[in-house]
Amino acid sequence: MTELEAGRAQALAPVRGGAALQRYRDVLIALVAFAVLASLPLFTGSKALLDFVIRCSAYGLFATSLNLLVGYTGLTSFGHGMFFGLGAYGFGLIMQKLGVPIPVAVVATLAITAVIAAIIGAICVRLKEIYFAFVTLAFQMLIHSTILSWASFTGGDQGLRGGIPRPAFLGINLANHIHLYIASCALLVLGLLAMRQIAQSPFGYTLRMIRDNAARASFLGIDVWRAKLTVFVLAALFASMGGMVMALFVSGAYPEFAYWTISGEAIFINMLGGVSTFLGPMVGTVLLLLLNDTVTRFTEYHGIVLGVVILFFALGLRKGLLDFVAEWFSQRRDAGEGR
Amino acid sequence: MLEIRNLAKSFGGVKATNDVSLDFPDGSLTAVIGPNGAGKSTFFNLITGALRPDSGQVLLDDVDLAGRSPPEIVRHGIGRAFQVASIFKSLTVQETMLAAVSADQRTSAVLHKRFPLPETRDRAEHVMELLGLAGKRHRTAATLSHGDQKLLDIALALVLEPKVLLLDEPTAGMGPEERWRMIDKVRELWETQKITVVFIEHDMDIVFKIAPKIVVLCYGRILATGTPDEIRNNSAVIDAYLGTDHAGAAA
Repeated sequence: MTELEAGRAQALAPVRGGAALQRYRDVLIALVAFAVLASLPLFTGSKALLDFVIRCSAYGLFATSLNLLVGYTGLTSFGHGMFFGLGAYGFGLIMQKLGVPIPVAVVATLAITAVIAAIIGAICVRLKEIYFAFVTLAFQMLIHSTILSWASFTGGDQGLRGGIPRPAFLGINLANHIHLYIASCALLVLGLLAMRQIAQSPFGYTLRMIRDNAARASFLGIDVWRAKLTVFVLAALFASMGGMVMALFVSGAYPEFAYWTISGEAIFINMLGGVSTFLGPMVGTVLLLLLNDTVTRFTEYHGIVLGVVILFFALGLRKGLLDFVAEWFSQRRDAGEGR
Repeated sequence: MLEIRNLAKSFGGVKATNDVSLDFPDGSLTAVIGPNGAGKSTFFNLITGALRPDSGQVLLDDVDLAGRSPPEIVRHGIGRAFQVASIFKSLTVQETMLAAVSADQRTSAVLHKRFPLPETRDRAEHVMELLGLAGKRHRTAATLSHGDQKLLDIALALVLEPKVLLLDEPTAGMGPEERWRMIDKVRELWETQKITVVFIEHDMDIVFKIAPKIVVLCYGRILATGTPDEIRNNSAVIDAYLGTDHAGAAA
């Protein structure tokens, strides 16, 4: 082996083992996280804490899916919340009207979301930055007003009332609070794991190339439109999953779930947590919900407090919390290598 | 062989490319020169699909590619590098190469496996070695020097294993020494890879030294084609472009 070849083998070794190792590491982290979350009810009887985790699951899935668009592909959607609403309403309506088993309703809702996202995406992803943002927002408003005006079907501004039936399946009874809690945690962990896989797949790197330089990507033979449409639909599916967790949690669906402010909250979350790391939005979710819950307890002007916090992150740090941490670590590592 | 037949493109009333016909035999090295606004970059944009020609043909091994999309044309074997290095700023050199090979092997939409795919490694590694970027494999593209960014841009085109490589001013924005290093690299690539190379260049010393064949464009038309000696002594070229300095130097 020449020196050059030796150097090459050395340089490649971490990469070669890396891809497989990374996958095992991610699965391991997911398992540990699930074990910790699932054992939480053994240590605490606090229903409020478990409720908090369920809400984090719903919003976490939703916000992380938005990061696939914003952080990985550079598509800033202002209407991503429509798929959250679609998930909640689709699932709620199917359960109320058809009374099918829950897994069937979940799959059916995902299928409906995929079709609608493909249609909306086909129109939107050709548009450049600001136009993409506006037109996704317009579609969100369209879906919201459809929900409001089609009162005979959707319950109008009252939302889906009377509760969503939650028949037991495979020994899982989602009407039971603990069962619902465990199921939410499982969905969160599985959803995050799936999104992590997307982000670290060859497709995930295609998305990064499109974000950095879409024109160049097309000169490498990549069909940019198709890749953008694919990720738009995939992200919609995970947002829809978040909406379903929410519908199960509140046992209903309300027009606010499909209002533009829900998209706004997801963007807030991404700004808080940061879009340069995979778990940034998850951290942001916990932060926003914590802030929301604590601030509303002290003052009715919680909007002002949240606004100030957002401004601090946007203007002060110019990045999200986890971006900050990641940067600090990489600087420390570089300094270590320099020595 | 790349054959251009009666290629034309107008912007409003301006004929940016006006009835251009050229042959680039397999394995040839050709320089395209011409004053600013001569239509050199437009010519490249028409061949690579960045612009749609008004009329004419772009035949690569007898397949007409005129008016097709950039991804299609790349897949037929025409790669290009850009005047301003067109790279992926947040990816490392190695990631850039691996992702480009993935695109060429049509695995860029694979979801269920981890990046990078094992079968992309050898080609990425080969091209990084070829362009001297292997030592900088873990550097983020945005942190590379200007010259290395240009090399990375060329590497991106080369890693697709094109039949024809179009280089739009490979030495743009470089100092004199760096220019020669870059152009030696281009010549070395042409010699070792046995591909057809067409490059745009402003520096006449470079052009006359390394290009066996030169095409002179002026106002969208071909003013002259030929060997360096023929071009140097072509009166139309001297009048339009070179001025008397080079003619004097040649005499």
